[in-house]
Amino acid sequence: MPNALPFKRLPTNKAEWVTVYIEGQPVKVRQGDSAAAAVLAAGLQPSRTTVVSGSGRAPYCLMGVCFECLLQIDGVENVQGCMTPAREGMQIMSQKQARQLNNSKPSDLKPTDLKNSHIKNEDTAV
Amino acid sequence: MNTPEYDLVIIGAGPAGMSAATTASSHGLKVAILDEQAAPGGQIYRSISSPAIANESILGADYYHGRTLLSAMRYAKVDYFPSSSVWTVSPELLISFSKAGKSSQIKAKKLLIATGAQERPVPFLGWTLPGVMSCGAAQILLKSSGLIPSGPLVLAGSGPLLLLIAAQLNRAGVEIEAILDTTPKGRYLKSLRHLPAALRNLPLLLKGVGLLIELKRAGVRYINNAAQLKALPDDTGLLTKLQFKTGEATDTFNCKTLLVHQGVVPNVQLTRALQLEHQWDELQQCWKPTLDSWGESSQAGIFVAGDSSGIAGARAAEYMGELTARRIAQQLDKLSQETLLLKTAKTGRLLQQQQAIRPFLDALYQPADEFLKPSDETLVCRCEEVTAGQIRSMVAQGCTGPNQTKAFSRAGMGPCQGRLCGLTVAQIIANERQVTVSEVGYYQIRTPIKPLTIGELADLAE
Repeated sequence: MPNALPFKRLPTNKAEWVTVYIEGQPVKVRQGDSAAAAVLAAGLQPSRTTVVSGSGRAPYCLMGVCFECLLQIDGVENVQGCMTPAREGMQIMSQKQARQLNNSKPSDLKPTDLKNSHIKNEDTAV
Repeated sequence: MNTPEYDLVIIGAGPAGMSAATTASSHGLKVAILDEQAAPGGQIYRSISSPAIANESILGADYYHGRTLLSAMRYAKVDYFPSSSVWTVSPELLISFSKAGKSSQIKAKKLLIATGAQERPVPFLGWTLPGVMSCGAAQILLKSSGLIPSGPLVLAGSGPLLLLIAAQLNRAGVEIEAILDTTPKGRYLKSLRHLPAALRNLPLLLKGVGLLIELKRAGVRYINNAAQLKALPDDTGLLTKLQFKTGEATDTFNCKTLLVHQGVVPNVQLTRALQLEHQWDELQQCWKPTLDSWGESSQAGIFVAGDSSGIAGARAAEYMGELTARRIAQQLDKLSQETLLLKTAKTGRLLQQQQAIRPFLDALYQPADEFLKPSDETLVCRCEEVTAGQIRSMVAQGCTGPNQTKAFSRAGMGPCQGRLCGLTVAQIIANERQVTVSEVGYYQIRTPIKPLTIGELADLAE
């Protein structure tokens, strides 16, 4: 999985360390790392491919502006990696081009489905 | 649903937001501060509540000054909402924000926008390759994770942050292949007339000179007049080389990480979405909201302070936050006009001293034309992959502004909502049409200003 040189870590202040899974492989990261930092620490590059041409990209600004660090985190696609703190057991995958739409047909949706808000947290509006 | 009400809601917990919150609460105002990040500090004091690096000499004393602001805010009576992204504000100052996948609303009598700055986009050939990052990104990795970029490492660009991050990485023992300074030759002469005013802020001026000396002593290779940057990929698509010119000569460095920087610009996403009046700053080459001397915008009750009101740096932001908070307290009858003037006189002078250095820095570090109006083959919109040449050909076909090129090419329509192409697209159009950037204008920014799930929208209907 790690295909690029991982970013190295300087001696840090005491903190909890958590295990995240990057493309399925366990990686120890420091509490306070974002998912995007975890990806750089693990040497996963590119961490996404673009919607238009499929070219590779990696985190660029790390401050929530550029959206180049979009990742699939715990099964949810297009999550801003730099805005997501790493948590124990977090599953991080690279984001492949556009997110996959749900395959369910409109006829499968009954009004009760909406009421139970099955769409919550998964369907990006914008 | 009962919506909590506050005298003052502040968006952004950087230096301006933190100092405004502390000051406002000292005048008895009920204050809430919303921040997108998980911990206070903004980008400049990022992770100041738990800095990652053990050795404090690496980032330097200016960074740890953030602790003063933080502890003052902690002792003040302020409702602090971390990890909270504001996505819209209604004209009645009802603020909608999303936190951990749930939306909430709070209401404000007065609103202070202190959303800070973002790095100016640095378009050049190959700037989208994995391995190319902004200098700000490298600094964030240092502050919050203690991570250092893999080598060989090259830095390229112009501006104080370029020198600062180079010095910090050097102190951390990171080997730097070279620093390529892209500041055009003529800038030194142009900035000279602003130098006398800049002397009013001698400590900051000396800090800049000190960084240059520090890098020179450390033996870091420093190349002036670098131009025509071109980042080249290896056969797996990752950055492997940086090509550039100095004068007529072409040179190349091997690199796995390239850190780029061309200064910072106000984050205008929210002020634009609220349709506040903006103006083009020719010296800083960026947009900023039009404000009165207390930071009040064209819409009464909405204030802007810190770098989101125009770039002036962290100390200036801290002073602006304090001044604006006192003005708001006065408007809410917590202190008289007379006391306001008395209490703000000293901070006002300190602010002016901070601002005195800006014209010099802005003239010296104004980006080279190749980054403001890049070559035809250069991608300007990273999200939708639109080149400068495509923008130019749309202008040739009659597009007069960025909203038209957006409709035809989708430039500015991707997830970053134009944050990384808005300035470039407007400047290319202005240059092609031979009119001012003011005349060309900016994208019509619409809410929500952050991507939102349907679920988060639906929360508000419950």
